[in-house]
Amino acid sequence: LPSFVFFCQFSDSAGYVGFANLPNQVHRKSVKKGFEFTLMVVGESGLGKSTLINSLFLTDLYPERYIPGAAEKIERTVQIEASTVEIEERGVKLRLTVVDTPGYGDAINSQDCFKTIIQYIDNQFERYLHDESGLNRRHIIDNRVHCCFYFISPFGHGLKPLDVEFMKALHGKVNIVPVIAKADTLTLKERERLKRRVLDEISEHGIRIYQLPDADSDEDEEFKEQTRASIPFAVIGSNQLIEVKGKKIRGRLYPWGVVEVENPEHNDFLKLRTMLVTHMQDLQEVTQDLHYENFRSERLKRTGK
Amino acid sequence: PCAGPVESKNEAAMSELVPEPRQKPAVPMKPMGINANLLGYIGIDTIIEQMRKKTMKTGFDFNIMVVGQSGLGKSTLVNTLFKSQVSRKSSGWNREEKIPKTVEIKAIGHVIEEGGVKMKLTVIDTPGFGDQINNENCWEPIEKYINEQYEKFLKEEVNIARKKRIPDTRVHCCLYFISPTGHSLRPLDLEFMKHLSKVVNIIPVIAKADTMTLEEKTEFKQRVRKELEVNGIEFYPQKEFDEDLEDKTENDKIRQESMPFAVVGSDKEYQVNGKRVLGRKTPWGIIEVENLTHCEFALLRDFVIRTHLQDLKEVTHNIHYETYRAKRLNDNGGLPPMTTETEESHESNL
Repeated sequence: LPSFVFFCQFSDSAGYVGFANLPNQVHRKSVKKGFEFTLMVVGESGLGKSTLINSLFLTDLYPERYIPGAAEKIERTVQIEASTVEIEERGVKLRLTVVDTPGYGDAINSQDCFKTIIQYIDNQFERYLHDESGLNRRHIIDNRVHCCFYFISPFGHGLKPLDVEFMKALHGKVNIVPVIAKADTLTLKERERLKRRVLDEISEHGIRIYQLPDADSDEDEEFKEQTRASIPFAVIGSNQLIEVKGKKIRGRLYPWGVVEVENPEHNDFLKLRTMLVTHMQDLQEVTQDLHYENFRSERLKRTGK
Repeated sequence: PCAGPVESKNEAAMSELVPEPRQKPAVPMKPMGINANLLGYIGIDTIIEQMRKKTMKTGFDFNIMVVGQSGLGKSTLVNTLFKSQVSRKSSGWNREEKIPKTVEIKAIGHVIEEGGVKMKLTVIDTPGFGDQINNENCWEPIEKYINEQYEKFLKEEVNIARKKRIPDTRVHCCLYFISPTGHSLRPLDLEFMKHLSKVVNIIPVIAKADTMTLEEKTEFKQRVRKELEVNGIEFYPQKEFDEDLEDKTENDKIRQESMPFAVVGSDKEYQVNGKRVLGRKTPWGIIEVENLTHCEFALLRDFVIRTHLQDLKEVTHNIHYETYRAKRLNDNGGLPPMTTETEESHESNL
């Protein structure tokens, strides 16, 4: 997590006014208020989404999970399930909402499977728009989806037709972060090949995924570049602790070796977590300034307000 | 297995179906001319040697179909099974190619030889299956292809002037690739197997099994077996075709414990403990394809090739093909061109 370093220069020299202290004040107020963040998770069944979310936030968001069989799945439509958890770290409070989309991509005919998802996102925008235009604006709750992790199967050769259609339909409504899950099924070469293929196809179809902003002056430019170059992140999640060299680490135990979740040589998990956590602010901003404003102007144009 | 001399003309025409004994206790072969007991030994048992020689001379056909979503390792697995470059992957297919918009059927034939025995292997690939957004009825082209091969065979069979050896393009075995989600089967898996297990031998395999730990694998296999049972899907070896108690015991074990085989395929070799092995190299270890503690590839290979190859062909011919034939003869009151002569010899065969 970023460590908040405060550089306060109090000087009595003439010409110093003191508003350089403003960022600290903003920061302190935010810490008191706490942060809200909504993360949506989309992908076919069995791609390791839940395990990854639990690993990312070191929590068990899905304690009594029921996994339906294939015959049940035939009847099911896409559901939207939101779970909220409060995480506190070093005095900073985060109210995290994870929005799941069980049923996505499972049906034999997945033609309409993202209608429900689009509707949900629009509904959050609608509510915010309504609250924003209301009289009492002190306690507007922001339930808008700030980020969407889209899970790409590691078993394919690139994007599937459904992946392309989904991302095209949603890249104007939410920040899309493509993720390749269960990355331990790939050799390093296969991983690179898949990443390249996915990026090519994204560019080919004109899909706009979330772009990391350029590094600020106090940020590590090289680290940022490395992070950018790893997209789409190829990750592994695990809820199990395994003993490796005397230490207990999160990983997966195979007959041929141990895959370590937090080992950067094994997968991009740490990069993904760092990216998410250090960009929560930016993800919220882009949602507000780009996606929400798009929605708002379309909406207002339509109703002729 | 039926013995040679009492075969009808029909059976003899398909000489590659002359049954080769499965792994039953080896029959001691007495070279002709040396009799252990002049009064007692006739030499009937030498028929097995004659059959073996005949099979070696004529060779045999084997047609294997692979079905599953793109990227599940079908082509690699088939290459690994037959230790040759026999799949679509090796004959000018480029993995960067776009997924076809409809299901295509691509059959590639190769002749491979081992120990003097020639096998004409045909691998039938089905690109496009399960890859679209709307996969409704995507098994229909596959069912159609399978029935077309039965039809081809039937037409040859009922001909007045028949070929000595009818070319056998019928699908003897269909490997169905299940995605290793670790959860359950997918709706499409159920639909496909429900429809096709009635017309062809389906062997379900769990693809890219190196994505599951041992516990996950065991749990998933149990779950899949249960789902198949609950939905009335009979995969090969089907319970109703077990010939005797020995078969049943052997097959029960396979059905209830081993299948579906969780496999990993590879056409790359690595050095492990001084030996060259087929495997996959990752930063956390090398997965050895033929190591039974790593995956069940060797079980699948032994099952399909070393023990049940002939039985796969027999069940295809004696059960699936006959079912098709009976249906065809009942619809439309028969096929052209059929004379009463041919019809009688068929009757005696049934």
